[in-house]
Amino acid sequence: MTVLKTSIGRRSFLKTTALAGGGFMLSFSWLAGCKPTPETLELPKEWFELNGYLKIGENGLVTIMSPNPEIGQNVKTSMPMLVAEELDVDWKNVIVEQAPLNTTVFTRQLAGGSQSISQGWKSLRMAGATARKMLREAAAKTWQVPVDEITTEASMLYHKASGKSASYGEMASAAAGIEVPREVELKNNSDFKIIGTSRNNVDGKKIVTGQPLFGLDYRKEGMLIAMIAHPPAFGMRLKSVDDSQARNMPGIKDVFTIKTYPEDYAQQWCDVDSFPELVVVVGNTTWQVMNARKALKLEWEQFQDHEISSSTFWGTTVKIKVPRGLENSTQHTRVMTEFSSKVAKVVRKDGNPEAVFKKAAKVIERTYSAPFLAHNTMEPMNFFADVTDGKAELVGPIQTPEFMEKSVAARLGLPLEKIDIQMTRQGGGFGRRLYGHFLVEAAVISQKVKAPVKLIYTREDDMSFGVYRPAYFAKYRAALDADNNLVAFHVNAGGIPEGPLFANRFPAGAVDHYLAEEWSVPSNISVGAFRAPRSNFIAGAEQSFLDEVAEAAGKDPIQFRLDLLDRALKNPVGENNDYEAKRYAGVLELVRSKANWGEEMPNVYRGVSAYFCHDSYVAHVIDLVMENGKPRVEKVHCAVDCGIVVNPVAATNLVEGGSVDGIGHAMYSGLTFTNGTPDQNNFHQYRLIRHREAPRSIDVHFVKSDVDPTGLGEPPFPPVIGALANALYKATGKRHYQQPLLGVGITLG
Amino acid sequence: MATFNLTVNGKKQEVDVDPATPVLWVLRDHLDLVGTKFGCGIAQCGACTIHLDGTATRSCMLPVSSVGDQEITTIEGLSEKGDHPVQKAWLEHDVPQCGYCQAGQIMSAAALLKENPNPTDEQIETAMNGNICRCGTYVRIKAAVKTASKNINA
Ligand code: FES
Ligand code: FES
Repeated sequence: MTVLKTSIGRRSFLKTTALAGGGFMLSFSWLAGCKPTPETLELPKEWFELNGYLKIGENGLVTIMSPNPEIGQNVKTSMPMLVAEELDVDWKNVIVEQAPLNTTVFTRQLAGGSQSISQGWKSLRMAGATARKMLREAAAKTWQVPVDEITTEASMLYHKASGKSASYGEMASAAAGIEVPREVELKNNSDFKIIGTSRNNVDGKKIVTGQPLFGLDYRKEGMLIAMIAHPPAFGMRLKSVDDSQARNMPGIKDVFTIKTYPEDYAQQWCDVDSFPELVVVVGNTTWQVMNARKALKLEWEQFQDHEISSSTFWGTTVKIKVPRGLENSTQHTRVMTEFSSKVAKVVRKDGNPEAVFKKAAKVIERTYSAPFLAHNTMEPMNFFADVTDGKAELVGPIQTPEFMEKSVAARLGLPLEKIDIQMTRQGGGFGRRLYGHFLVEAAVISQKVKAPVKLIYTREDDMSFGVYRPAYFAKYRAALDADNNLVAFHVNAGGIPEGPLFANRFPAGAVDHYLAEEWSVPSNISVGAFRAPRSNFIAGAEQSFLDEVAEAAGKDPIQFRLDLLDRALKNPVGENNDYEAKRYAGVLELVRSKANWGEEMPNVYRGVSAYFCHDSYVAHVIDLVMENGKPRVEKVHCAVDCGIVVNPVAATNLVEGGSVDGIGHAMYSGLTFTNGTPDQNNFHQYRLIRHREAPRSIDVHFVKSDVDPTGLGEPPFPPVIGALANALYKATGKRHYQQPLLGVGITLG
Repeated sequence: MATFNLTVNGKKQEVDVDPATPVLWVLRDHLDLVGTKFGCGIAQCGACTIHLDGTATRSCMLPVSSVGDQEITTIEGLSEKGDHPVQKAWLEHDVPQCGYCQAGQIMSAAALLKENPNPTDEQIETAMNGNICRCGTYVRIKAAVKTASKNINA
């Protein structure tokens, strides 16, 4: 049993409601999810707030606030499950509400790094446990018995000796008067009743019936629609605007330019500055604004080399060089090829790799590359803002509300208390909505037109605005001795404008002579975190390379990896290896047995891969079949170690989705540039994986674990790319080194 | 501007809009039916799928002037209580991740099953190929279509 000091104030919830403000809450009621599902439940007459995370109605209904942004990773269901578990409530009686940004009650209201569950694991359970303890104390006081004798089960309080019992609803009012306990005990894992059981998406019914949930669906009385025009190319800025035609078109209220950030503003890591000045069209309806925007006559010019200073996620300050010029993909490839054959910055070195490579029996060298990627969340960027009377109401999809509150406050010149940020359900995140320039833009526009405004990006605006996954390059070398042992390993990796290297990950620690080097090339194309940053490329490259090394060594690819992991476990090289070899081997062993690895099947071609990121371990085996001369993914076998699995149905869905997403991006997606302009700006040019190309089936297996939960949104994405490449080699006899594979004429299905 | 008389989810609606306005924006901006989603605007992603006289149609490139007296059904009108076999199957399989594409997916699936209550895997793949799911829920979508098909035929 874990005993924790509580850090939850009683009044915190009241503060939340006060902040949200009466009128606002009303106009917002469709988002708050006040109607209980299942609909058979009646709303209570009165709510009793026990802490910022939950309130209990006199009829036993419980509202649990879900603190973090929901981007499809299921936190709106799985985080409240943690509260419900320790509260010992019947899940049937739970209503979930999306919490607004409230830094006094909640910590880390962020969707990023696959850490919502792991970071909320203690605090959310503590919120439930605190309330449960208050209910027990209230019952003890009412019944005049010792609190230790009060037990709970499924929303009921019991005193066995006297035979007394009461529901949570009946005791809620008394519990609200109990002092917040100083310490609470958390359940033992073996006592979990909700954690580890499958609970369907709390928004499921609303999603399948098309009820308003997303940022784009939000509306408020008197709301106007806004769109922006940004430079057509990276490296350009606004020169002149002729809006004479546009501003006279039907429904148009105003046309003007905005600067997203103030002149002397020190950027945060989540601010985006590639297009500092934008042209804005505001009008009554989306269609009117779209048409007027087309009628703008805009001139652009190139900007000069400059430097911006920005704070990092960790609070340090960095200077970023932004070079002038209109960049091209052909030039990018040339520069990356050049850099990868030069000596770069040594990030890690073990032993004497140069000497060992010289006397190796066999040296294998391969180079891998991947293009820029656009996130392409299905719901394009958008935000609602109403900035009037010295306060700002902001509603929409954002992964970093806490950070963006600071950016928008600085821009509007308002104190943080005057900024309200409400999060809608988000039509995908994948890292794109960490960068909330659109929230600031919406606020600036609303302030200027003095009206509520919804800013909408079209797909083209979204895909050409930047914040891409960088373009990557990695060169690998491996040295085998005469007995086919891997004796030296060298990785030289880089990218535009940043590299993908994780120098201390496998196979570091498993090879005596190891060298990891890194380089980067400055660019004016803006980039950002994309589902499993850096891992999303380097895993596929490394795992394809290891497959070739295993083949050259004449070893089974799984056994080859397991032997290396065994070495890393028993006699690791160096001290900074940031993976657990045992758990790594665990997923490989699990997938080996579940996939019946080694069994030959007619027309089935298999590839394997395993990777560690976001504190979790994932291994894939892909079964390809050839149909009409084309490869098709028949099955994906996947083994995952993410510690305790909170909500198996959703976790499985996420692993399936991550696997499809990884296959899709490796196969089809990529963004290229001509004179600074993206060559692709919508789905007719930028391909995402479609139904027919998806695997026929995906089997997901979780390692049974008692370890506290680790990441899950990102880890299934990176390794699947290696498994795909390795299976394709088996099926076609050819290895491929450049993503997307579509570029070399391969398609699935 | 011109006046159009539309039948949306069985209800007569009058709108006064530019004749070129796509039905998607008429639904979302004028009729406050926001279940039909905007994803690409160029008939490539399927997020905006509605039924036009029962046939799955992309509403983002469909000018309101071309609708005439054809009946429009949106996700909000697919069933009265949200209990269309496809919607039920979607809940049973817990299909959605972010959920944004799912209204379009459901509308495509419902149109398919209406025309062909017993689709093969191949036919499901073809009918659903125009609906992109960035979250990658395709395996569940297929399973849910099959469950719905089974329940329709039961
Ligand atoms: S929005 Fe109509 S198909 Fe994409
Ligand atoms: S569920 Fe997110 S796009 Fe399909």
